Amino acid sequence: MGKEVEVSGVTVTVDATGNDIVQDICFELGRGEVMGVVGESGSGKSTLALALLGYARKGATITGGRVVIDGVDLLALPEGQLRRARGSKVAFVPQDPATALNPSLSLATQLTEGLRLPKREALARVRGLLETVGLPSDDAFLKRHPRQLSGGQQQRVAIAMAIAAGPRLIVLDEPTTGLDVSTQARVLEMVRDLCREHDMAAIYVSHDLAVVADVADYVTVMYGGEVVESGTDRDVLIRAAHPYTRALLAAVPSATHRHRLVPIPGRAPGADESRHGCVFAPRCDYAVAECGTTRPELVPGPSGTSARCLRTDEVARTPRVLPRPHETHVVAAGGQDLFSVSGLNAGYGGRQIIFDVSFGLDRGECLALVGESGSGKTTMSRCLVGLHEEQEGVLTFEGRPIPAPAGERSKETRRGVQYVFQNPYGSLNPHRSVESSLVVPLQHYFGMSAREGRKRVREALERVEIPSRLADRYPAQLSGGQRQRVAIARALVCEPKLLICDEVTSALDVSVQASVVELLRSLLADGLSMVFVTHNLAVVRSIADRVVVLSQGRVVESGATDAVLTAPSHPYTQSLIAATLDVPEAIEPAV
Amino acid sequence: MSQLTTRMRIRHRGSPPGPKNATIPWLVRRLLVGVLVLFLVSVLLFLVTQALPGDVARIILGKDATAEQVAGLRQQLGLDQPLLGQYWHWLSGVLSGQMGTSLENGEPVGDIVGPRMFNSFTLGFMSLVLILPLAVIVGVFSAYKRDSALDKAFVAVSSLFTALPAFVVGMLLIAFFATSVLGVLPGVSNIPPGDLPWWHPAELVLPVTTLTLMGVMYLGRLVRASFIDAMNSEYVQTAILKGLGSRRILFRHALPNAVAASLPAASLVAAVTITGVVVVEYVYSYPGLGTAVVSAVNSHDLPVMQACILILATAYYLFNLLADVFAALGRSR
Repeated sequence: MGKEVEVSGVTVTVDATGNDIVQDICFELGRGEVMGVVGESGSGKSTLALALLGYARKGATITGGRVVIDGVDLLALPEGQLRRARGSKVAFVPQDPATALNPSLSLATQLTEGLRLPKREALARVRGLLETVGLPSDDAFLKRHPRQLSGGQQQRVAIAMAIAAGPRLIVLDEPTTGLDVSTQARVLEMVRDLCREHDMAAIYVSHDLAVVADVADYVTVMYGGEVVESGTDRDVLIRAAHPYTRALLAAVPSATHRHRLVPIPGRAPGADESRHGCVFAPRCDYAVAECGTTRPELVPGPSGTSARCLRTDEVARTPRVLPRPHETHVVAAGGQDLFSVSGLNAGYGGRQIIFDVSFGLDRGECLALVGESGSGKTTMSRCLVGLHEEQEGVLTFEGRPIPAPAGERSKETRRGVQYVFQNPYGSLNPHRSVESSLVVPLQHYFGMSAREGRKRVREALERVEIPSRLADRYPAQLSGGQRQRVAIARALVCEPKLLICDEVTSALDVSVQASVVELLRSLLADGLSMVFVTHNLAVVRSIADRVVVLSQGRVVESGATDAVLTAPSHPYTQSLIAATLDVPEAIEPAV
Repeated sequence: MSQLTTRMRIRHRGSPPGPKNATIPWLVRRLLVGVLVLFLVSVLLFLVTQALPGDVARIILGKDATAEQVAGLRQQLGLDQPLLGQYWHWLSGVLSGQMGTSLENGEPVGDIVGPRMFNSFTLGFMSLVLILPLAVIVGVFSAYKRDSALDKAFVAVSSLFTALPAFVVGMLLIAFFATSVLGVLPGVSNIPPGDLPWWHPAELVLPVTTLTLMGVMYLGRLVRASFIDAMNSEYVQTAILKGLGSRRILFRHALPNAVAASLPAASLVAAVTITGVVVVEYVYSYPGLGTAVVSAVNSHDLPVMQACILILATAYYLFNLLADVFAALGRSR
């Protein structure tokens, strides 16, 4: 009974179908300890996070289990007492503070309203909290509204709000997903310090293994609504015994060296699919016939973790496959004849954002534009493709200068330079099927007949590994990774020479990111050139030949990927690399 | 009210004001555009009234007048001048407050239109004063009881009212309350000249009810939709997870955002209500701008007609501008 937090048998069920979104979750956590909950989208990790506060989203109900915090079972409390327990016993930090803070209330109101204290005392307490999280605490700041803060500040406010009433457990649902690496590093450090100082337990939900490795003492891996493996962070991340955990680790790119990313075949199960046996069996390399019929229990395995797998002995015997290093693409030195930018200046609403940027790239080369939000990297990529108006400078494509606005470029140039957007949920027309989205550019650029177009669409879909039976589907019927592949196929049907990818993997899960990165890498091998815009240095290491680092609209460093990432010379690049987290490597010999 | 739906779709036009310091110049620009719009309305109005069949002088003098008498009156009225001159004469008159005299009884247009404008706007504003709070109450309640029988009934009835023209609603109300069925209220809202409208409250009940019903049914649905959005938002989820009471969540967290989101639509409803009096007044024979327009058209009383329509167009434009301002404020939030 020593543990501060005891969770057992927590199950959340969809009202309409009776299927479980999360099933039979158990764990314990002591004071000041941090538990990382890792899982991809659809794994039920956010549902679990909310269930720990006795809350289920509309359409779902917590149907069983106990969440005991400080000796009180939240799930057994009547509504009124549960409400009082929220905030004082357990608190929640949402993923996106921009939408989770009320836009029409001042910070003072939002920070004090949860406290059952007189206004004056509450304000004094809030000021103290704001200082703890590194924010100003004067009246002017307290009068502000959420929209007047930066993303990092908003997240600090959300954290201050959560800890205001002194909870024993704080549940953080992907709190750093939208933040820059350096802001993320500061928030993570703050979470660790707060837990230590206040002797408070924390559940840190994330899809990012590197973040979890950094912040957590214990790691729980979720898949298909179940805990598939749990243990201390080093045991889980280095001596993983469950095939899914191992597959996940193999899909994570590393910022320190380049290796082949191994995507997980198939797709994650939805809550509406009935299941027998092991949830991961359909995608598992180790699966045998028994796995399809017998549901494994979460039992201590040979490597120090608890795993929900029938064949942990088998898995543990095979050493964790170290992904093969990926040979660096050889590029003829100095060739910059495909596309070049020189002296580019651009602004927005009269304010200059890009200052005198120049670079060029060769055929088959992948150039990464790296920078934090606000560094101007998206403006930069929009300039390249001609979507930005306020710009001056010289752009050349295949040796010839091209006009800045896309509308004035020749059809040939527009066809040759294609763009893939960050968010595949917004870049595809929801009212067009995959096929009709892809036929449009074919008709526009090649005047192709419907039949010929359809054939080309199938070929392009095959290239991005989308089964042709999905051609009649609409974007809403596809998963995020499939949508991004379709978006890439849409660019590919134009037979481009240069592909500009704006953060194309940032909205995707790790395993899906791995498959998209591998796809892009195979396109590079086919001779396509690429400008890859990202803030993720591990992805840069995996794919780029050369790197241009942008800071506040200026190029601060550029060069070959290995040289820049291994031995950065500019302080900004150094700080960026220092803030980038990595999953610990399984260097030690297999057990 | 169905034109509102189309208007809502093209709502996004106009430059979005950015930071605060850009709002004033934007507003000034919008007002200048408004002056241009009203100028175009006046041109159109003048041309349309000129194109009406029949010679005004002949109509005034009657069939028996001699050609000399007609020519004399034409000269007196300035009808023999070129169109541009006539327009200028009319416009400068309007701008200096001299809107001419009625062709029917020779009284100054201002004397005829003034009290009627007052009557119409009284009717419109009384309806608005009822529409705004009622729409919020009905919308919020319906959203709060979402998917209950009451909510479903409201959605169904409001669809019906949105589809019905105002005069049908008016007729139905007359049939129900002013004839054999109940017979408790006057079906004709005759307010004697010189009286203020609220001296005759019974006469106001049915016209105000008609306008209010139409407005509440439309706006209430929009409020319902934005309140449901607000209740499904993440900030409401945060408020729940903070352990706040449900009353505070409803009134402090959800309501202000829901109302703010409905404000542009509310201004459009106001515009439609103020101009919607034309039809409703006619149904109830209420002496306002609407009945004035109808009778002026029937008797070719051009100055009265022009004045009435210009007033209605200005009111409509001003409420639209208000809607744009609210929408812009919403965007910058």
